Amino acid sequence: MNFTGKIWKFGDDMDTDLIIPARYLTTSDPNILGGNCMEDADPDFVSKIRKGDIIVAGKNFGCGSSREHAPIAIKAVGIACVIAKSFARIFYRNAFNMGLPIFESPGLWDRVSNGDSLTVDGDEEWAKTIDGSIFPFKKMHPFMRELMTDGGLMAHIAKGRVK
Amino acid sequence: MGMTITEKILCSHTDLAEVHPGMLINARVDIALGNDITAPIAIAEFKKAGGTSVFDREKVVLVPDHFAPNKDIASAEQCRVMRDFAREQEITHYYEVGIAGIEHALLPEQGVVLPGDLVIGADSHSCTYGALGAFGAGVGSTDLAAAFMTGEIWMIVPESMKIVLHGKMQKWVSGKDLILYIIGKIGVDGALYRAMEFTGGTIRDLTMADRFTMANMVIEAGAKNGIFIPDRITEDYVKTRAERSYLLLDSDPDAVYHSVVDIDVNRIEPQVAFPPLPSNTKGISQVGDIRLDQSVIGSCTNGRIEDLRIAAKILKGRKVASHMRLIVIPATQEMFKSAVKEGLVDIFLEANAVVSTPTCGPCLGGYMGILADGEKTVSTTNRNFVGRMGHRNSEIYLASPAIAAASAVLGRLGSPGEL
Ligand code: SF4
Repeated sequence: MNFTGKIWKFGDDMDTDLIIPARYLTTSDPNILGGNCMEDADPDFVSKIRKGDIIVAGKNFGCGSSREHAPIAIKAVGIACVIAKSFARIFYRNAFNMGLPIFESPGLWDRVSNGDSLTVDGDEEWAKTIDGSIFPFKKMHPFMRELMTDGGLMAHIAKGRVK
Repeated sequence: MGMTITEKILCSHTDLAEVHPGMLINARVDIALGNDITAPIAIAEFKKAGGTSVFDREKVVLVPDHFAPNKDIASAEQCRVMRDFAREQEITHYYEVGIAGIEHALLPEQGVVLPGDLVIGADSHSCTYGALGAFGAGVGSTDLAAAFMTGEIWMIVPESMKIVLHGKMQKWVSGKDLILYIIGKIGVDGALYRAMEFTGGTIRDLTMADRFTMANMVIEAGAKNGIFIPDRITEDYVKTRAERSYLLLDSDPDAVYHSVVDIDVNRIEPQVAFPPLPSNTKGISQVGDIRLDQSVIGSCTNGRIEDLRIAAKILKGRKVASHMRLIVIPATQEMFKSAVKEGLVDIFLEANAVVSTPTCGPCLGGYMGILADGEKTVSTTNRNFVGRMGHRNSEIYLASPAIAAASAVLGRLGSPGEL
């Protein structure tokens, strides 16, 4: 699981209302949700990003609501993965459960700028910045890794591998 | 090694002899809850995965409350997906508009959740059930779909934080002020992934309504669950409602905690959380002159009958400031009925408030009181994020029902003492 993409930086405590406001929760259509992703944080976000780009955020990314519409929107708009200093717990579950790759790196945020290119090795769990510095991710629980590899919880259950 | 009440509840829902923080467990759920926003996704996932019947029709609970009564065609379709599923699966606890209400106020009121239960809800405020001495945690729609199929949830056992409250509450201070104060102290990720266990002498003075409000908002500090040790007050609340047996648990004296936070309640005055985070708290004496456009009294945090009584006490014989709107939303149909019988609704109407049937409505910016560009509201709800209740440039000030009612009369943020 490797990605190379342009970085979009967001700060601390990016809540789910910023990721996808409740006014769009009358649908679960990924196209509509993706088309309005981050609207209240950055109204131009959707028009600026390209498929494969990467979000690098501060602490507590995804705090607030349990809405799975948030990871759906991020995935649908084409974001390859989200790297944050830390994630709010329901968002964290949701991302793994529905197959949006996310990684924790306390140090990366301060060392990258908006628009930089970033290379991510999801299997070895690190990111490499444009100056060649490597930032290892916080080690993932083996179960979380299984979920990520299987592409989410339902696929995982279908494989009959729930412990 | 001893266990906390949270660990004991989780353990009792597995086949393990003991559990400890950091362990990944698969736990059996007593209640799997969904609403009109989250259940449709779960239902679709369930069907896509070949699901034909839910693990236990008594243990699945479905409540249309967020955009119900249906606010538009799209929400009507979502509610219908859930209603059809409830009928098809013969779900016992499906609550139609007219008997329903906001899920987290409704389930305890109806005796659906009881002490010792393990509840997962595809709604972040499912932590509310901790007030009963149950484990309640918010999850996503996919978790709910998986629980529909297997009756189980994967979970990492959380570390517990002990929040010790001691001292007497000042006049007009409620559970809302205590939890806002605590969140202000520890921050919006101050309890990330952890259990917040509330103990100390002050707990004896807290009504169930206060405890529901406090457990409700632990997610605003990032917690997995919040929990109160059940006592006589809990038992008095549940014994007339319960239709099945329940388990009153306590933490072991040698249970291990991540940390202990000491709160001197004597010094806490009514709190207001300034936008855009629930942790931006100030005492009411420090708020300055914040002129308001709207006041909302309702939600799963503070729409209970006790909250309405406090608001009515303050609003009786008074009028909402002429430049303001006051919206009062009882949290459940039963609470609405009580508010009518007790004459509270008359008081609200005489004060020029709008009184709505139970719904989440404005709390999540759904409908019934959306804010325009630049407008400010005081609200008894739980989140003051950017755009939560309307335009991204609108502002939300979180407070108790007493402050919201007094502010509606004053036309600015203020306390009942100023009236
Ligand atoms: S009242 Fe608000 S916080 Fe509570 S369940 Fe409804 S939308 Fe969520």
